[in-house]
Amino acid sequence: MSIRVEKHIVLGDAPPCNLVEITVDGKKVRAQEGEKILAALIAQGIIVNRYTVKRKEPRGLFCGIGQCTDCAMVVDGKPNVRTCMTPVKEGMVIETQYGLGARQNDKV
Amino acid sequence: MSIKENGFLTIGELEGAGQYPSKERLAKGPMAVVECIQEIPCNPCEEACKFKAIEVGQPITNLPKIHEDKCMGCGVCVAQCPGLAIFIVDKSYSKDYGTVAFPYEYYPLPETDEEAEAVDRRGQVLCSGKVVKVQNPKSFDRTPVITLEVPIEYAERIRGMKRKGVSL
Amino acid sequence: MTKYEWEVVVIGGGPSGLAAAIEAAKADCEVLLIDANEKAGGQLFKQIHKFFGSSAHRAGIRGIDIGEELLAEAQKHGVEIWLNSVAIGLFKEKVIAVETGKDNESKIVKTVRAEKIILAAGASENAVRFRGWTLPGVMGAGAAQTMINVNRVLPGKNILMIGSGNVGLIVSYQLMQAGANVEALVEAAPSIGGYAVHAAKIVRAGVPIYTRHTVTEARGNGRVEEADICQVDRCWQPVLSTKQTLAVDTIAIAAGLKPLSELVIMHDCQMMFHPVLGGWVPLHDENMETTCHGIYVVGDITGVEEANTALEEGKLAGISAAKALGKLRVLEADKIKGEIWERLDGLRLGPHGIARMNAKNDQITEFKKVHSGR
Repeated sequence: MSIRVEKHIVLGDAPPCNLVEITVDGKKVRAQEGEKILAALIAQGIIVNRYTVKRKEPRGLFCGIGQCTDCAMVVDGKPNVRTCMTPVKEGMVIETQYGLGARQNDKV
Repeated sequence: MSIKENGFLTIGELEGAGQYPSKERLAKGPMAVVECIQEIPCNPCEEACKFKAIEVGQPITNLPKIHEDKCMGCGVCVAQCPGLAIFIVDKSYSKDYGTVAFPYEYYPLPETDEEAEAVDRRGQVLCSGKVVKVQNPKSFDRTPVITLEVPIEYAERIRGMKRKGVSL
Repeated sequence: MTKYEWEVVVIGGGPSGLAAAIEAAKADCEVLLIDANEKAGGQLFKQIHKFFGSSAHRAGIRGIDIGEELLAEAQKHGVEIWLNSVAIGLFKEKVIAVETGKDNESKIVKTVRAEKIILAAGASENAVRFRGWTLPGVMGAGAAQTMINVNRVLPGKNILMIGSGNVGLIVSYQLMQAGANVEALVEAAPSIGGYAVHAAKIVRAGVPIYTRHTVTEARGNGRVEEADICQVDRCWQPVLSTKQTLAVDTIAIAAGLKPLSELVIMHDCQMMFHPVLGGWVPLHDENMETTCHGIYVVGDITGVEEANTALEEGKLAGISAAKALGKLRVLEADKIKGEIWERLDGLRLGPHGIARMNAKNDQITEFKKVHSGR
């Protein structure tokens, strides 16, 4: 089975949806209209959302409901956007967050 | 009790809790085996049976009591039990084969006449079984019930089948 | 035009909040419900399994369907719902600061005044810390459940589940329903915490349950690639010689929930610490009212239990608030409250419920000790 749960005995078939195009770290990617950014990334096999300030360690999905902020990324230039709570939109630009903001050249 | 340490029941534990049908009744025809031995507030099985063969009463933590003479083995209760703990065992099916009906909420469902790997309460494959019925009507609210034909000596131990298409 | 004065404001739109809002609205109260998410319903929309309980009161129905029923009922009775809205402050004059907006938008803060406030903020998952626990791929069991049942994506393919309470057992089952493989479930205690029937269905699906085991380390490059589990001794210490390494890409932690008590504490409602209930919980009376007059609490914020108790507590508070506002006749309200208490007591019976029954009694007894003369 794929990462997306297309078929499910209880949930039924995945409903039809419109696709939107978003950019993730410079790469154009398809997402389902209205789905959470985090879900769209997981569907692409992307599990790291940000790197910590001091030790530069990777962080990703932890609580999934907006409590922990491990999934925060830079969205349309705005940092600290909880991707588990925020839906995608056509043309959205998403970047891995490095510490407190977007990547600044090679200051990782 | 192995259920608390390992997560599976033995027939001995079921008999000890008074929750196992008699040998005579099992030999007569399809019979519900309700593998429910903890006092939890729950009674949808009582309402599900139109033959009034399942009794819970008050308080609803009572273990369900199955009236062997009233149970027709129709299987409606199998889909209604939230714990997926009811099975229909038929040891009168044929000389060498019995059937076991169990709830199966996984995609994809098997097709009739398919061969399945029949598993016991511990999840171990005991034998091969033939799918004789796949029921998934609206009234079951998405709890399909599968009936497997298995060698009769395994009918009291088989409680499911290995999931299909599991490799990712 | 936005309304800022309400008779009843419910904070949190899970089963308890929705039930409270519905009862108050049915009694003709003006009710506002605020919820942080895009869609209300709390945890119900992850609960794809059939609920236990009394068949007379929604047992045998899936959480997701109960969620839809409640939303429809709330709408039918005119409950106003503000979504994407978080109560960021609760002040002495029954004033609530509400921040509305998504993280990528400009947020707006409004202040709302209420006569009666019902707090239904729920609970959050506990963490278990072990070396490597911060690696992507380590998550709450509820987080995994949200991904598969709400977002319809698998957070991983080979799962190690930590914890054998009902959440650990049920989420393991649901992960398999979504197509994942659950490599093992470890439980540090000597026996399985959740219901036998939940354990039975994952064991017959091939998931080994290791009691007296815990996770000691997760390793991987950028995400979990393998994890070590080992036995624990009678003092809960890992016995390193029993270490096994499992090839897993996900570790789901089901180690209990704790009430989200911030607003209650902020308002100086009296609390108590109760391990059975999940941590710090507000004291309340039989009407679900706290030591702060006009502030009610319902659902997991009062102690971590289940959806069916949350629904009943919500109804209790909704009716109590309506009665206090003079919208329900005393005799009628008291009769319904009596029936609700009978159901609540019924749901807390049996070996799995008795600890909660005693804990809830302790909570009400403490309330009476602290708050005499009401």
